[in-house]
Amino acid sequence: MTDTTSGTDEGQVSTSRRIAAIVEPAIEWLIRLCGFSAIFFVFGIFFFVFSSGADFIMNRLDVVEFMTSPEWYPTSVSNKRYGTLALVAGTLSVTTLAMMIAVPFGLGTAVFISEFCDGPFKEALKIIVEFLAAIPSVVWGFIGLAIMNPVIIDVFNAPIGLNVLNGGVILGLMSVPIIVSIGEDALKAVPDTYREASLALGATKWQTVYKVLFPAARSGLLAAVLLGVGRAIGETIAVLMATGHAVQIPNSPLDSVRTLTATIAAELGETAQGGDHYQALFAIGVLLFIFTFAVNLTADLLVRGIKNK
Amino acid sequence: MIGNNNPVRATIALACMSLLFAACSGGDRASRTLIQNKGSDTLVNVAQAWAENYRKVDESVGVAVSGGGSGTGIAALINGTVDIANASRGIKLEEQEKVKASNGVGAVEHTVAVDAVVFFVHKDNPIKSITVQQLACIYAEGGKCENWGDLGLEVPGCSGQELIRVSRQSNSGTYEFVREEVLGKNTDFKLGSRDLSGSKDVVDLVGSTPCAIGYSGLGYGTDRVKAVCLSAAPGEQCIAPTLATAADGSYVLSRPLFMYTLGEPKGAVATYLEWIKSAAGQKIVADNGFVPVR
Repeated sequence: MTDTTSGTDEGQVSTSRRIAAIVEPAIEWLIRLCGFSAIFFVFGIFFFVFSSGADFIMNRLDVVEFMTSPEWYPTSVSNKRYGTLALVAGTLSVTTLAMMIAVPFGLGTAVFISEFCDGPFKEALKIIVEFLAAIPSVVWGFIGLAIMNPVIIDVFNAPIGLNVLNGGVILGLMSVPIIVSIGEDALKAVPDTYREASLALGATKWQTVYKVLFPAARSGLLAAVLLGVGRAIGETIAVLMATGHAVQIPNSPLDSVRTLTATIAAELGETAQGGDHYQALFAIGVLLFIFTFAVNLTADLLVRGIKNK
Repeated sequence: MIGNNNPVRATIALACMSLLFAACSGGDRASRTLIQNKGSDTLVNVAQAWAENYRKVDESVGVAVSGGGSGTGIAALINGTVDIANASRGIKLEEQEKVKASNGVGAVEHTVAVDAVVFFVHKDNPIKSITVQQLACIYAEGGKCENWGDLGLEVPGCSGQELIRVSRQSNSGTYEFVREEVLGKNTDFKLGSRDLSGSKDVVDLVGSTPCAIGYSGLGYGTDRVKAVCLSAAPGEQCIAPTLATAADGSYVLSRPLFMYTLGEPKGAVATYLEWIKSAAGQKIVADNGFVPVR
């Protein structure tokens, strides 16, 4: 009796082992493929963007003009000029303002959710913040155009409400949910023993947050902020609608600007494929790619540096 | 048995499915023709009204209308993705060559309405009239007019009296028209204007911004903006942009609006264009604030 039972058991085990011996490597390869696909896509996209503009970038683009001239006249009849300085200034000014709003708000909300509130209120707050992330960007743009524009004219006595301030506030609000959810995860990952030890030593809750939790969670918090920056640089339709879409270097937050992304979105549809204007827009794409690559690389190096300390 | 049965079943299923698809697509083609119509943002409201009303005329024809600008419509015609391209400017020589190169036939022009490009200001702006030269001073590269004071005006509610120039994106036919007729063919727009993507957007923004001036089609005027009376030269009597002055051409910035087809239109497209030019089609033009061509 015992012999036969163990025999069948052994048989089943060996069958499942045999299946596992075939399936396991297959799944392993599938997962490996998924991992490599990310590399493939990143290089593929970079190659596509660069090669679409390569002819123009290599042969006819005046790189000095492209980087230092604020004059963007791709459709001029008499004198075409491809200077992106004003567009870069537009992107940087709006992104900077957005981060000045989103970082304190986002990190503050993350600290509040993670450390200062409990129970159903905490859950409700988390859901509402996530809901904020689900609002489509065109709706944000519409809010900028229809609601913020007259408000900014009235409150700041500005000549027009579609400007850096408007775009920055809208983009800031759009980046907050990303910073909150990643920041909150980072704070949650800090072991409770840290908090208990700090409180036991007589520190207040706030002292615990900024002397213990912030240093302990800094790589996660930094990642949260930089992902927020990435969101802000890449956003298109909301800034197109809220910033006024005017090619100029801003002197104050109340000036209208135009961003790199909005320029591509607004102009690509009309250009003849392969023409200079078309390829110049791809050159802007390369510039954007370099920006986001730099932001991500910095983030990575910083996080690594912090971890190694 | 099972091994024999499976392929047979699969074949039958496949045959049934393909029959079903054939039936579906065949039926669709017989019952409904779809005309693709794209281009000028000035024309988009009228084009949509035409499409909606034409449903009552001929149920078997559907018209899909989208905007995007005259340049976008003509680009789509070059790529062969639309049946009719709307344009608020004439097709350019180089565009016509591209149409011929990629489709074998040239674009054929159909005048479907007349419009006037109107310069709008906020309704509280005290401006009485403006000259084409003043507009060029405001909009052209190198033009010196930056403040309302430069035109001898003080605009209530406008902080700093700064002239906020509202313009259109470069794929707009209206933008090209203003460049040619107001600035001069080889002159560029001054940078720093707010370049909006739609005719209606311009009027909306001007209506909510006391400092602003912007241009759009005659049919887009609202009671929150004021259409500026325009004189062709300093000292001349200014002409208010109205249906009458656009129709008789006394308003200097009046222009025809076009539809372009690949070669002479045939079949449903030809019937549709004939209907647009008929009394019924032209009534819709008038209803939308533009000037009928007959």
